[in-house]
Amino acid sequence: MGLFLLRRLGLMVLTLWIVTLIVFFAGQVLPGDPGRAILGNLASQQSVQVLDHQLGVDRPLLTRYFSWIGGLFRGNMGISYTYRTPVEPFIRAALINSVKLGLLAFVIVVPLSILGGVTAALFHSRWPDRVISIAGLSLATVPEFVSGSVLLVIFGVELKWLPVSASAGAGASDLSQFRHLILPAIPLVFVLFGYIARMARAGTIEALNSDYTRTAVLKGIRRSTVIRRHVLRNSLLPTITVIATQTGYLIGGLVVVETLFDYQGIGSLIYKAAVGKDFPMLDAGVLIIGVVYVLATLAADLLLMWLNPRLRAEEGSS
Amino acid sequence: MSDVTAEVAVTVPQLKAEPTRWSLLLRRPTFLIGAAIVLFWIVCAVFGHRIASYSPLAQQLLSTNAAPSAAHWFGTDNIGRDVLARVIVGSREILIVTPLATLLGTVLGTVLGLAMGYFSGLLDLLVSRVLEAVLALPAVIIAFLFIVALGPSVPTLIIVIGLIFTPLIARTVRSSVLTERHLDYIASARLLGENPARIMYAEILPNVLPSILVEFTVRLGYAIFTVATLSFLGFGIQPPTPDWGADIAYANQNNALLSGYWWQVLFPALAIASLVIAINLITDSIEQVLAS
Repeated sequence: MGLFLLRRLGLMVLTLWIVTLIVFFAGQVLPGDPGRAILGNLASQQSVQVLDHQLGVDRPLLTRYFSWIGGLFRGNMGISYTYRTPVEPFIRAALINSVKLGLLAFVIVVPLSILGGVTAALFHSRWPDRVISIAGLSLATVPEFVSGSVLLVIFGVELKWLPVSASAGAGASDLSQFRHLILPAIPLVFVLFGYIARMARAGTIEALNSDYTRTAVLKGIRRSTVIRRHVLRNSLLPTITVIATQTGYLIGGLVVVETLFDYQGIGSLIYKAAVGKDFPMLDAGVLIIGVVYVLATLAADLLLMWLNPRLRAEEGSS
Repeated sequence: MSDVTAEVAVTVPQLKAEPTRWSLLLRRPTFLIGAAIVLFWIVCAVFGHRIASYSPLAQQLLSTNAAPSAAHWFGTDNIGRDVLARVIVGSREILIVTPLATLLGTVLGTVLGLAMGYFSGLLDLLVSRVLEAVLALPAVIIAFLFIVALGPSVPTLIIVIGLIFTPLIARTVRSSVLTERHLDYIASARLLGENPARIMYAEILPNVLPSILVEFTVRLGYAIFTVATLSFLGFGIQPPTPDWGADIAYANQNNALLSGYWWQVLFPALAIASLVIAINLITDSIEQVLAS
């Protein structure tokens, strides 16, 4: 167990390091001259050079990379080109907002998609299965801005049931904040539903076809008990991994949903940074997303180990 | 000698199975519906300018924000452009970008996945780490980062999305290769002294082709998702070129929904949804046929 944890952490650090290389390359090497990008084509070469020097981007690439990485370890994620202040407070505030929205989406989607997936498996190859599978797959690939726009028209504009903006304003009560977040959460739920339901369905079908299920049925145990005790316990384990890997897609979806519903989260922060070519802010935002994703998969792996005695034994012996 | 016959025995039933699979596919209603919708959009993409009764760029300033009518079936936008014409012609860019990007990702991913699965060892370990790092960032976000840096254009979109899909496809191909690797026909090919490139491309590739095909159609669905999203955010296909995602963004900027001009959002949205769902129907039926 200890060895497994150590190896897992080692791989995680390696992955994160490669993530920093990608972000540094895309965010700081490819864009060329930040001073020119900020000041525009009409600025004099001299003022561009002065700004480049102020931003520290006239140093050699390797020096820049190490000072960037060194800064990250000290909690210094860089200075925003747009605001000329550290990006860290922006990232922190945005991350908290996004976590609220993301958690709400997960709280809705996890029970719903597991129910959908298990139902589809129990009706394997019959019409409820076909309907759930195709609907799930289609919902998962309809972009959030499409479903979000349609939902906005129906529930926000026509029926006026829910607010059209996600921000409840400063000092709003928890209930009001919750009401504002329902509509933005639904497009995220749509996208996640397909994947999680698909995994739950596959896991359940496998468990249904297994020897232990057949034994339980032949022993004369009631069908509902077999499903609850034998099938679900085994089929839902792989679903946990999928839920964790979906955090990445969830965050990708946040860019659109937060922009569409005008919510101050990490997604809209990245979007605004991209529009304003604020590369330090953009890099920090993307990096944080990578960190969140890697931590989520680690948490899922550990949870899986803890829940599944077989895996625990295998890892212990190897 | 027996090795050679074993190899022949493996390939022959494959060849015979091909036409039956195809006819099985044609018998599936989901496949036919999906293919019909995709075909419809391809016709729109190719002949769009001739089909549409208006130019997608023509501004009719006397009939702005007009509701759907006999003259403008899908209404007009805030500068009087015909929404139907823009929806029809809007299929063009997305149907150029997404198949090319997916193809690029599939080819690169297949080459990489074959090498990773076949050689294993250090190469597999190193490439796996890089792929995992790329996968740690959502596709839309990583595309965003690179497109902001390079500036949006059709070639950039194709290359960036193709490269983002490479790891995902490589991973699928790698795992299929790993299951093939230990089969007898590989061992016999090695004993015959065939070089690795020949074993990978002439022996393994035909056998993992079905899973690559499924992966291609799945990725095509995602590519449409990603390009539409990027266009919506202003980093994909650039206005005034008609594009569904960009047109929805344009309508949103002009508060079309709040003003009740729902047709400016709904019809491009339905266009995206129909194309994505059609691709999924095709994917689903291919998977069903391969599984049976």
